[in-house]
Amino acid sequence: MKTTHAALAEKFIADEPRTDWHDETLWFVREKRDKAAHGLPEWEQLREWGSQIKNHTLSNLYNYLKEFEEKAVANGIKVHWAADGDEHNKIIHEIIRKHNIQKIVKSKSMLTEECHLNEYLQEHGIEVVDTDLGERIVQFRKEPPSHIVLPAIHLKKEDVSATFHEHLGTEKGNNDPQYLTEAARQHLRDKFVQSQLAITGVNFAVAETGGFVVCTNEGNADMGAHTAPVHIACMGFEKIIPKAEHLSVFLRLLARSATGQPITTYSSHFHKPRPNQEMHIVLVDNGRSRQLGREDFRNSLKCIRCAACFNTCPVYRRSGGHSYHTAVAGPIGSILNPNLDMKANADLPFASTLCGSCTNVCPVKINIHEQLWKWRQVIAAEGYVATSKKIGMKGMDFLLSKPKVYRFAGKMGRWMIRIVPFVVNNKLNVWYKQREMPEPPKESFRDWYLKNGKTNKK
Amino acid sequence: MKVALFIPCYIDQFYPQVGIATLQLLEKLGCEVAFPLQQTCCGQPMANSGFASLSKGCDINFVENFSGFDYIVAPSGSCVLHVKEHLKDESHPEEAKKIRNSIYELTEFLTDVLKVETINTRFPHKVGLHNSCHGQRGLALSSMTERMLPEFSKPEQLLSMVKGIQLSKPKRNDECCGFGGTFCVFEEAVSVKMGKDRIKEHDANEIEYITGGDTSCLMHLEGILKRQGSKVKTIHIAEILNSSL
Repeated sequence: MKTTHAALAEKFIADEPRTDWHDETLWFVREKRDKAAHGLPEWEQLREWGSQIKNHTLSNLYNYLKEFEEKAVANGIKVHWAADGDEHNKIIHEIIRKHNIQKIVKSKSMLTEECHLNEYLQEHGIEVVDTDLGERIVQFRKEPPSHIVLPAIHLKKEDVSATFHEHLGTEKGNNDPQYLTEAARQHLRDKFVQSQLAITGVNFAVAETGGFVVCTNEGNADMGAHTAPVHIACMGFEKIIPKAEHLSVFLRLLARSATGQPITTYSSHFHKPRPNQEMHIVLVDNGRSRQLGREDFRNSLKCIRCAACFNTCPVYRRSGGHSYHTAVAGPIGSILNPNLDMKANADLPFASTLCGSCTNVCPVKINIHEQLWKWRQVIAAEGYVATSKKIGMKGMDFLLSKPKVYRFAGKMGRWMIRIVPFVVNNKLNVWYKQREMPEPPKESFRDWYLKNGKTNKK
Repeated sequence: MKVALFIPCYIDQFYPQVGIATLQLLEKLGCEVAFPLQQTCCGQPMANSGFASLSKGCDINFVENFSGFDYIVAPSGSCVLHVKEHLKDESHPEEAKKIRNSIYELTEFLTDVLKVETINTRFPHKVGLHNSCHGQRGLALSSMTERMLPEFSKPEQLLSMVKGIQLSKPKRNDECCGFGGTFCVFEEAVSVKMGKDRIKEHDANEIEYITGGDTSCLMHLEGILKRQGSKVKTIHIAEILNSSL
């Protein structure tokens, strides 16, 4: 059987000090976000605007995508459409083949993770160097990113030091962040200079201009795009926004929500290729049309990938990104991934207490926790929950919907726990593993009420 | 004022003292309280597990028991939220709608409907308040640290009327305790870890009691406290508000 979130999370939590560290690190980011948001009196208004612009865009996607394509082509950008991840990978492979490209740098793009571009190209003997520091670290370790904004957040500086010692020949045991960053900087500088192709993601594509915006804190997308003769930008088609002026809403929301910064260090606007440069954009569907057609889930496509829902999620902070076994983890991943593969990701909507914090931090007001609840209904209806759970639920319904059965079972249950506590206090009872059972009273509230309720009235 | 008392199934079976405190409190505040005798469960355990389709029986029984009242009050934010959001009865849609709109969690009923300003009660203890997510975020019983809106808290407003109480808040005032319904067994490791972390923050305030509006959260925390051999007890907010009245 496939490993589930619950099992992977249990493994993660087995190292409790590390779990605490992970939790506190991400909580620190959440608090930074709170401070940044508090700094703007119009914060809730901005969220509303962000949400409405995205709602409007999703309702008029066809027109805006067409407008974007026309403007981009007029600007001299080559536009490609990919129905799924495989087609996306093939388009990029074809461009690489045409130019006989050997050296490729890539800045962070969750879409290319979703499409498994690196693996695809590797199978074809082509190596891609990830240039985001965190991504380079996990790439060395042959791990996927554990967070969409902070890909190596599951690692401590000691881990990074060991990884760099192995791959970059840094001093063993030197955990100084400045030293380690400098080593990565020198290593990546070479890659940038030699690169023939730069692949970047897209944060926002603007329909009215045909241009796009890439946000990074390290400037690595710019370094790549400015040095390589070919630039390919990859985007899920929901990244489109109607007008350039809408960036004044989204750029203010994005970095504050993500890391508590007022704005990303680099918000680079690309409009057309420079002389002798080739610029491509690959627009990818990969299940997005299907999600758009699901009324209850369509607004998940409003997501701007800030990861605020990751940082606030009490489950994510204590289970780590890899426990979600998908490219996009966290609460937003748990409502996006069942659309991509319902069976493989059937466990994810259940990896939540439905506390609702994700919905509250979302800068574009996606009702994430309500969609988690709705996905649970869809997944159960499609038959992707364990039969034992289904039988259990049927039994519960039988017990709880019939007053007499309920009362009899309650009485018997309480009596059993009192007289023979080992019936529930044993290894088969998951609750009992780390928690005591409640002490069963002799009488239920109803029993008490029938005896005393009336006399208590004034 | 005619009020129907809804005592959620696990309170009825395991925590009758919470039901008793709620009933006595409402009566002492002048409500005429009825307790429909054939009530069972709101159906949330099935619905949150993906089987809302199997909670129809509970829904029908709920509507049968609670039709025709001005107000329905329950000492549980979670169950009230479930009824508000999901109660359906195809044969009695109007009754179901009326119930959805007239069901209240205890503390909001006290502050918003009864508009209680003083309570003659004493509880001379150090108490930590646990905000249940469904009460806080679902029913908006208090402001939330994620939202940039004015601060308020209905449970705190009530607890501040209690004489002798020393109320404290944990560092992360609105972090989930990890109960989460069936989450507590299907994601046992995360659930317990979340509960332990809540307790740690309350322990830092050297409290004697953890209180809150949801017995489900408290049951989960109590289970961990007892396993730890802790002296800290859990107590429902109704029990504090009803003490030595």
